[in-house]
Amino acid sequence: MTEALLEVRGLTRSFGGLIATSEINLDVMAGETHAIIGPNGAGKTTLIGQLAGDLRPDAGTIRLEGEDVTGLSVSARSARGMARSFQITSIFPDFGALDNVALAVQAHAGHSFRFWRPARADISLRVPAHEFLEVVGLAGRADVLAGTLAHGEQRQLEIAMALATRPRLLLLDEPVAGMGSEESHRMIRFLSTLKTRQTIVLVEHDMDAVFTLADRISVMVSGRIIATGTPAEIRANARVRDAYLGEASLPC
Amino acid sequence: MARRLLVVLGFVGLGLVPLVAEALHQPFYIDLFRRIMIFAMAALSLDLILGYGGMVSFGHAAYLGIGAYAVGILAAHGIESGFIQWPLAMFASMLIALVIGAISLRTSGVYFIMITLAFSQMLYYLGISLETYGGDDGMPLRARSRFAGLVDLSDAHSFYYVVLGLLVLFLVVSHRLVNARFGMVIRAARSNEARAQAIGFAPFRYKLTAFVIAGSMCGLAGALLANQTEYLTPEFMHWTRSGEILFMVILGGIGTLVGSVAGAVVLLLLEQVLSSWTEHWQIVLGPILILVVLFARRGLVGLLPAEGRPRD
Repeated sequence: MTEALLEVRGLTRSFGGLIATSEINLDVMAGETHAIIGPNGAGKTTLIGQLAGDLRPDAGTIRLEGEDVTGLSVSARSARGMARSFQITSIFPDFGALDNVALAVQAHAGHSFRFWRPARADISLRVPAHEFLEVVGLAGRADVLAGTLAHGEQRQLEIAMALATRPRLLLLDEPVAGMGSEESHRMIRFLSTLKTRQTIVLVEHDMDAVFTLADRISVMVSGRIIATGTPAEIRANARVRDAYLGEASLPC
Repeated sequence: MARRLLVVLGFVGLGLVPLVAEALHQPFYIDLFRRIMIFAMAALSLDLILGYGGMVSFGHAAYLGIGAYAVGILAAHGIESGFIQWPLAMFASMLIALVIGAISLRTSGVYFIMITLAFSQMLYYLGISLETYGGDDGMPLRARSRFAGLVDLSDAHSFYYVVLGLLVLFLVVSHRLVNARFGMVIRAARSNEARAQAIGFAPFRYKLTAFVIAGSMCGLAGALLANQTEYLTPEFMHWTRSGEILFMVILGGIGTLVGSVAGAVVLLLLEQVLSSWTEHWQIVLGPILILVVLFARRGLVGLLPAEGRPRD
């Protein structure tokens, strides 16, 4: 936990006159789970969009293991070990669950200019894909059309797809959003085992999830990070308490 | 399985057409079904990018024209060997598809439709301006492609089975393509492009490759069409022709491959039958097509008994 896996410096992005993220500095250490919290409109989604490559920053740099990835496309970042789940579930709805994960495996198994052998009979894709389905607990649903899975299952599937790219850094954008309490508890339990072997950046509104999972927390308000620290430090931080007044109160 | 059996039966039926036509003393049917199969190849190549890559090309007839003109122009200059003409027809279509695709694939949705349409209309007007090669009147093909005595295209049966053989080959190749890793990428990009990128695919080059493959396949159909009609005109590239090919795919069932063959058969047969009844046949055809689109959204193939979910 000494070297920063992800190093963000001076990241700024505005939309018209609105500054969504301003001079963000962020270090995510290898092995840690780093949560980013903040009230609605604080710029969390804009930040994760820039980390994943959907959005180009106006200024600033993003380094992954020392390499500048600021100018790289989404797929190029994926190739370098960044994977993400989306705030709004994003899967291939008209493919089976196993197909979804197999596609993620395929994307990291060399080029796909292979025109003849049926991909669905390709053991080198299907076997690892099945293992990742098992990891998230969806092995029994392998042949179900992904679009017909329950909401919670789709979120699990997204994580299986992200893991199948064997990422060095996992960006999770509100993984328990829209889940019932039982589903979200199951997801939090799963993530707490996952975090022991995976570096995670977690954007989440659910404070249970954040304080259960995070090793460190950064608090964003109005496009800036106003505090970074361990959960205990964040709980004790007066500025954070001010920022959250009127919002959901922090659990103690 | 039922569906596969129907496909096999359908092709056996196509294989028997020359014999039946002969027995009925109606050689015209050979000509008709050969034409149908040539359009089926064009429709099939469109389904490859439309049904699996989500690329609604509204200018697919351009490649028919390029393939046809490649054959016609070479023949006009005395090069009558099909071994030269046909590969060149495919190569020319490939190059044009590469240019059109590289530009139009940077857009999507309506813009993609409009750009492909614009390119094909440009080629249509280019054809009209080619005075040396008949301008807007077109020109006769000097002779059908020759294959060094191997097959004789002036023999109606030989030509018919060449076309049938190529159609089957195209169908098999397309089937392999869409189910191979390559096909999975373009299908994934069609399903959810943002997701495809997030898991690490760069879909553009795969989509462009598919676009180029489809273009060159349609170019070969164009080479066959020139031999079929023994006349070439810019009309081959007109946007209404692109629309017709598009409709064959929709009628048969988007993203089913065999559906586009069925669509070509049904549409062109309907056209044939209706136009023998009345010169205002389009008034009858129109409502029929509307009914199909309204009540058989997954096309003719969708009316067949389902085999789980459509995978092929």
